Amino acid sequence: MNLFVFVKRVPDTESKIKIDHEKRTIVEEGLNFVLSPYDEYAVEEALRLREAKGGRVVIFSVGAETSKVILKKCLAMGADDAVLLKDEAPESYDGLRTSKVIAKALQTKFKDFDLLLFGRQSMGADNAQVPSMTAELLGLPQVNVVTKLEIEGNRGTAEREIEGASEKVSFSLPAVISAQKGLNEPRYETLKGIMAAKRKEIPVLTVEDLGLSAADLAPQLKMTGLESPPVRQAGTVIDDEPVIAAKKIVEFLREKAKVI
Amino acid sequence: MILVFIEVRDGQIKKYNLEILSEGKRRADELGVNLEAVLIGPNLEGQAEDLFTYGAKKVHLLEHPQLSSYSPSAYTAALLQLLEEVKPAVVLFPASSMGKDLAPRVAAGAGVGVASDCIRTSVEEGQLEVVRPIYAGKALAAFRFNSSPAVATLRPNVFPAMEPSDQKGEISKKELSIPEDRFGDRVDEYLKGEGAELDVTEADIIVSGGRGMKGPENFALLKELAAILPHAAVGASRAAVDSEWIGHQHQVGQTGKTVSPNLYMAFGISGAIQHVAGMSSSKVIVAVNKDSEAPILKMADFGVVGDLFQVIPPLKEELKRLLSE
Repeated sequence: MNLFVFVKRVPDTESKIKIDHEKRTIVEEGLNFVLSPYDEYAVEEALRLREAKGGRVVIFSVGAETSKVILKKCLAMGADDAVLLKDEAPESYDGLRTSKVIAKALQTKFKDFDLLLFGRQSMGADNAQVPSMTAELLGLPQVNVVTKLEIEGNRGTAEREIEGASEKVSFSLPAVISAQKGLNEPRYETLKGIMAAKRKEIPVLTVEDLGLSAADLAPQLKMTGLESPPVRQAGTVIDDEPVIAAKKIVEFLREKAKVI
Repeated sequence: MILVFIEVRDGQIKKYNLEILSEGKRRADELGVNLEAVLIGPNLEGQAEDLFTYGAKKVHLLEHPQLSSYSPSAYTAALLQLLEEVKPAVVLFPASSMGKDLAPRVAAGAGVGVASDCIRTSVEEGQLEVVRPIYAGKALAAFRFNSSPAVATLRPNVFPAMEPSDQKGEISKKELSIPEDRFGDRVDEYLKGEGAELDVTEADIIVSGGRGMKGPENFALLKELAAILPHAAVGASRAAVDSEWIGHQHQVGQTGKTVSPNLYMAFGISGAIQHVAGMSSSKVIVAVNKDSEAPILKMADFGVVGDLFQVIPPLKEELKRLLSE
C-alpha cells in the first residue's frame, strides 16, 4: 500500500498563548513546537498498515522550513520518506489554502496512493477542515475522527466517533481518513530510527514549484480581531467539613448560580 | 438568504440544530434577508414543519433513495446542487460531528473557506462576522469572509434557541441525481455508546474527574452524580483518560473536547492549562480538590478544599432531596 500521512507543526498543549495585538498573530517566540498530537495517531496507523500489508509510508507537511523537525520525527518513528510542501505564509486558519497545496501536489507529483491519513484536527487552528477539503478536491471518500480502521483489498471499514456513540462507515480506496485518539498507541522513535532520519534528505517543493497562483491561494477568511479569552476571577473557596461543604455547594448552585 | 443545514440522524433532529437555526434567524433579521433550512433524507416533511416555527421561511427537502444514511461525499453532492440553484449568502452548519465532517467538504466544493466551531456571530458594517476559539480557546479570533457563500459551523450548546412561533412556511422538494462515484463512503451502522450516553459537548451539566479519582472504579461515583442531575454527562481530564480509567470520548481539554456547559463540576482535577482551555467557557465552575493551591480553585466560581470521596456522598443526598422537591 502507498500510505501518505499529512502532519503539522504546532505549539505543544502546555503552551500559554500570547497575542501580538499589532500584527494580530500569536507570539511564537518561547513556544515549544511539536508534531500535532492527533497526527501521531495517523503516522502510527500508517506504519501498522505497512507492517501488515507491505508498501511505503510517505509523510508530508505544508509549512515553512521549520516543519522539517517534525518530518524527521516521523522518519525516526519509521516512515520511509518525507516531503516538505513549502508554504511560508503565516497561519491563516484557512483550511482551503492548505488543502489546495496538498491536492495540487498529489495531482501533479505524487499520483500513486491508496490512503491519505491526517490527524482529526491540528492542535491550534482546531479547524478540522483539511481532511474533508482535500477529499473533496480530489474526489475521494472520507472518514473523519476514526477510532478503528480495517482495510481489506480495495475496501475499508472504519468506526468514527460521534456524539455519545460511534458509526460504522464502509468506504472504497483510495480514501481520506483522519485519526482520533484511541485509534492506536503511537510508538516512540528508536535510536536507530533517529540516526537514519538524520541522514535522510527531505525534498522541498514550494507552492510555486506546484504551479499554484496567487489567485489559487487567496485567503478565504479575513481576521478582524484576535483576543485572549476573558480571565475567570476566583470565586468563593471554602474549607469546611464535607457534609457542610456539600450543603454549601448545593446552596450556591441553587441560590447564586441558579443552574439547578 | 441564510441557509441552515439541519442534521437528521436516526430520524431525529437534535436540539443544537434549533440553536443554530435560531442564530441564523437573528442574523437574517439583522441583514434583512430570508432564513431557509435544508434537510437530507427520506420522509422528512413532518420535521420540516417544526423548522418553520423557528423562523425558516422555506425548507428544502433533498430526497434520494440512497440518502437514508449519512455519506459525506453524497451529502456534499446534494448540497452543492442546492447551493448552485439557490445561491445563499451564508450557509450555517452545527459544529456537530456531522456538521464538522460535511461543512469543509461542501465549502471546498464551492471553492470557499469555512470558519469552524464559532461561538458568536454578528453583523458588522453589513457583513457577517464570527468569533471562534483557536488553540482550544486560549485565544479568540474574529473573522469575516472574502468569498460567497460565507460558510461557518456553530458550536452546539452556546447559542440560545428561540421560542417557537406559529409561523408556517413553504416546503421545496428536490429530486436529486447523484453520480454513483459519490457513494464511496457510507454509514452502515449506528453503534450506540454505553447505554445511549449523553455526549459532553451536548450536556447542560458536566461532572468531571481527574487524577484525584484514583482509579477507574471511582468513576461510578461521578456516573451516579450525573444520573441525579438533569441533562448531565461525565467528563474527565487527560490524566484520567491516559490512565485508562475512562474512555477518551469523555476527555475535556486540548486533546479532548472543548465544552461550554451551564455547570462544570471538577473533582480531583488540578487545572492544567490544556484542561482549562477546554472548559473555561463553562458558565459556572465548581471544583473540589484536596490541594488548596490547585489552579482550578483560582478560577472556580465555587471551590471546596476537601476530599472528593467525602464530599460526593453527602452532595448526592442533598441534590436528590432538592431535585425531588
